Amino acid sequence: MAKLPLEGIRVVGMTQMWAGPIAEMHLADWGAEVIKVESLHYLAVGTRGPAPRHPKFAVDFVKGGYAAYLKEGYDEVNGRPWNRSCMFNVHSRNKLSCTLDPMKPKGKEMLKRLIQVSAIFIESNQPGVMENLGLTYDVIKEWNPKIIMVSMSGFGQSGPLKYYRTLGAHQEDFLGHTYLRGYADRDVTANSAMYHGDEASGTTAAFIMVMALHQRNRTGKGMFIDVSQAEATMLQLGDAIMDYTMNQRITERTGNQDLYGAVQGCYRCRGEDRWVNITIRNDEEWGGFCRAMGNPDWTREERFSDALRRWRNQDELDKHIEDWTSQHDHFAVMYMLQKEGVAAGPVEHPDDAYNDPQMKNRGFFEEVTHPEYGTHRYPGLPYRMSKTPNRFRRPAPCLGEHNEYVYKEILRVSDEEYAELEREGHIGMDLVPGLEIGKYKAE
Amino acid sequence: MAEQPLSDVRILDLTWYISGPNCTKLFADYGADVIKVEKPGEGDPARRMGPFFKDDPHPEKSGLFLHLNTNKRSITLNLKSETGKRILKDLVKDADILVENFSPHVMPSLGLDYETLEKINPKLVMTSISNFGQTGPYRDFMASELIIYGMGGAMCTTGVGDCEPVKKGMNVIQYQGGTTAAAATMIALYAARAQGIGQHVDISLMETQMAAIDRRMSELLAYEYNKELTPRMDIAGLLQYPYGIFPCSDGYVNVAGGFMFLDRIERVLKIPLMETYGGVNQFNVERREEFLSTIWYPWVMERTRKEIVEACQAERVFSAPINTTEDLLREPQFQERGFWGEVDHPVVGKATYPGRPALAEDLPWVIRRPAPLLGEHNEEVYTPLGYAKEDLVKLREGGII
Repeated sequence: MAKLPLEGIRVVGMTQMWAGPIAEMHLADWGAEVIKVESLHYLAVGTRGPAPRHPKFAVDFVKGGYAAYLKEGYDEVNGRPWNRSCMFNVHSRNKLSCTLDPMKPKGKEMLKRLIQVSAIFIESNQPGVMENLGLTYDVIKEWNPKIIMVSMSGFGQSGPLKYYRTLGAHQEDFLGHTYLRGYADRDVTANSAMYHGDEASGTTAAFIMVMALHQRNRTGKGMFIDVSQAEATMLQLGDAIMDYTMNQRITERTGNQDLYGAVQGCYRCRGEDRWVNITIRNDEEWGGFCRAMGNPDWTREERFSDALRRWRNQDELDKHIEDWTSQHDHFAVMYMLQKEGVAAGPVEHPDDAYNDPQMKNRGFFEEVTHPEYGTHRYPGLPYRMSKTPNRFRRPAPCLGEHNEYVYKEILRVSDEEYAELEREGHIGMDLVPGLEIGKYKAE
Repeated sequence: MAEQPLSDVRILDLTWYISGPNCTKLFADYGADVIKVEKPGEGDPARRMGPFFKDDPHPEKSGLFLHLNTNKRSITLNLKSETGKRILKDLVKDADILVENFSPHVMPSLGLDYETLEKINPKLVMTSISNFGQTGPYRDFMASELIIYGMGGAMCTTGVGDCEPVKKGMNVIQYQGGTTAAAATMIALYAARAQGIGQHVDISLMETQMAAIDRRMSELLAYEYNKELTPRMDIAGLLQYPYGIFPCSDGYVNVAGGFMFLDRIERVLKIPLMETYGGVNQFNVERREEFLSTIWYPWVMERTRKEIVEACQAERVFSAPINTTEDLLREPQFQERGFWGEVDHPVVGKATYPGRPALAEDLPWVIRRPAPLLGEHNEEVYTPLGYAKEDLVKLREGGII
């Protein structure tokens, strides 16, 4: 059996929120030893949930949501809410967690020793943060000339927007993506916030880091990589950008309509908030669609008789389609249409997704048990590789769960020194009392 | 300047449309020799998808194609002919990577499945991208950008509750599938170089969304943890204010002040807020509407996007203007960082393209050539395989190239 591709590669991560952690996630999936360096004195927005000790009434108030916590047994006073955050637990599989306080010399010294025995150092903080901590590449490369250091901020390490504070949603706004998506007949406020840049730039950064390892194997040199999350994401909006640069035309949003002339939409189905997406590209598929519905009379009307007419009269066509779909279950519509060679698929809520026959057949969700927060099914890995066995090896780490391993086995710290680091607030498993989100607190 | 990091990599690129070409674009722009294999006469269907230069639907004028295929070489080859298959197998011998995004039944039906190609080149990394993966009950189902997002992604929670769910912009789901495939292909190449093994990489676009962070993975886990579905609305905006997109005097702005940063909003507005709207944990949900209507809306409506965002950023409040593509092209940020690529194409001429995904001296990103004309590199690719000029004429007459 082949080894995992990155076995023996150690990665130190000081990342926040989503984009940086997603980059780490891929490396961890591929076998790298990814050590998250966290602090008991600081928690950035959204990194292990919305706040250090989010009040129980607020946790209970929200139903679902990406910022949810595991509610069963939630206790912000005596429990450890930071180990129960969906935002963190879902992408931190296969990673380890240790703690230190980089604001103090001793913590920085430990970080230095860890970086000296690692291949990659990745951070995704606002540019000012690493500058203030004295952890810029100039310093890091003195510690380890062969290190690959990656900084992933919203806009990169230079330019007028360098210090701008943004979440993924705000980068989408700058890039024009917010303007390009949503309902054609409503304004941009009629939509939910989204964070496409986190998956786009995080995955791109994973590609770039492996490429950097490949390059380092050829040159023997370490390097600094400046990833602007906005720039990495912009590549995925290339067609809209090209329309402006070639034709000076601003692309407008078109809702769920197809960009290339197909009849397409999202149609209501039987049940509460259940929908199906359908795309009908040509006459052949239109024929299949009509057969699936039992060839009702309206399908023979002149105004629906060819692709151009259907495109022009799509609003009326949509009403007919929805009259039909709303009588059926959303999965049933998919099966009826796919059988006739028409592209269709349900809009899957999480309950649909966990029961989806394709996901089950391919074993996408993986059941994992963690001693502190129990047994659950987690979304799995987005790639099947025939020889290198990438898989869900361990659940997300609790804060500081691997302190003993990191300090004693990697850094060879003595028991006495370990105890001293605990007393000084570097090592531990609890955030300091009274910590506020995004604010450093010594004790 | 350092050598391009992938200058020692050769890719046989059988991809079309968006996801596959976006995968190989990342490699090509970093120096890989990507040979794009296209269908004689027609080529990649993306050549017939807009936007077109000056709205002329010409196969060398698609902005989508031009962007996705920079730095690649194009050959034409009919894979259904025996000669075509033999030529492809010849090319596989010297390739590090083969990428394809046909329907899963196509490569086996051509006799070009991984098991066959592995025998020709055991170190080959073969990446297959498809809508649902190479196995499973949906294997042969058809899909589209919208359908993949609906099944795999967070579409159920995108939009507003009283309307249907709504997709993301343009083709970003297929692009992201290609980016994920590129990352997986890169790691397979790394393993091939380190361990001397090739392998087959199976990418399902549906899974690239089911495993994507833009809310989806997290909302899946929220369901698994608490058996609660996420509604289609901006929940964060209920508890926090101001939070979300607001109209202003010249467009729209996005401001995430929120409960944890009310003190910062106070400094932005220069009005005391903490006493009235702060309170215990600064969660004064009941007074949200009052705050928005009496204080916030009047303030934003009197100001421009630029004024609001500058005032917010000065107090470290997350914020952004809602830009169009025109606004984006005018943002000095990307010009000052040298992000944009300038590409000169023989048919379309000079245009600005999205540029490098990262800035790194030791990883040079270079436009060596624009997207190829259909079959532009037939002669330079086929000649070293031992085909003379006369042979190429015969192959063309036979509809093979």
